[in-house]
Amino acid sequence: MTASVTRTIKSRTEHLLEVRDFVSSAAQQLGFSDEETSKIVLAVDEACTNIIKHAYHYDPNKEIRISINSTKGALEILIEDEGKSFNPMAIKPPDLKQHLQHYRRGGLGVYLMKTLMDEVEYNLKPGKKNVVRLLKYLPHGR
Amino acid sequence: MSDFKIHHREGEGVNVIELKGYLDAHTAPELETTFQKLLNDKKFNIVVNCKDLTYISSAGLGVFMAYIEDVRKNQGDIKLSNMTAKVYNVFDLLGFPILYEIYKEEKEAIVRFTQPKKS
Repeated sequence: MTASVTRTIKSRTEHLLEVRDFVSSAAQQLGFSDEETSKIVLAVDEACTNIIKHAYHYDPNKEIRISINSTKGALEILIEDEGKSFNPMAIKPPDLKQHLQHYRRGGLGVYLMKTLMDEVEYNLKPGKKNVVRLLKYLPHGR
Repeated sequence: MSDFKIHHREGEGVNVIELKGYLDAHTAPELETTFQKLLNDKKFNIVVNCKDLTYISSAGLGVFMAYIEDVRKNQGDIKLSNMTAKVYNVFDLLGFPILYEIYKEEKEAIVRFTQPKKS
């Protein structure tokens, strides 16, 4: 069975709560546990926060589109923006101890996304369409 | 209406910050303001009680990172307490327990300002 739901928000941090509720309800409906749902929700929050900060530089009138698809034993989330892209995959996995000891705040969201999800992919077309694809296998679909 | 609240209590030489609700990129600036005010007032012994903190993202964690250096330079510390398992997991994923003291109970954290941990 394939199902898909979409939500478009303005690029404002005040909408992060709405995004989390949207993702949480979809993940729970698909049978993810509370713990797994929390991980998915946090990963999507981090992706949207990165877009608001780095792709749109806090321009509140841009849009972020979040599509959730359940298919082939997995939950797939596509997060699209039309902003300036940066290449998060170029960020090396931080040595966390060193990272924290130097009080570096950047890069933690990308690290979290990679840790929390089974797959993270980027398809970047700066100024046209950037897509972050997050994948989590369904509890019994592995 | 905000779904994030900060309550500040001042005890003997220790300032307790209680967090309630969700700490994300939207609400993190409120916590930054609170820490900045404490630093301006030269209050460097800080315990953050996370009992009612229901959610944290890296934007929230970044606030602790932004102020810990200045606080420790002034012989103070930011110690954390009363985290739910869900919130602790996020701190743990990012390696915070290596560099921050995290206690089950607020009173244990407060005591550590007068009786430092043996290392």
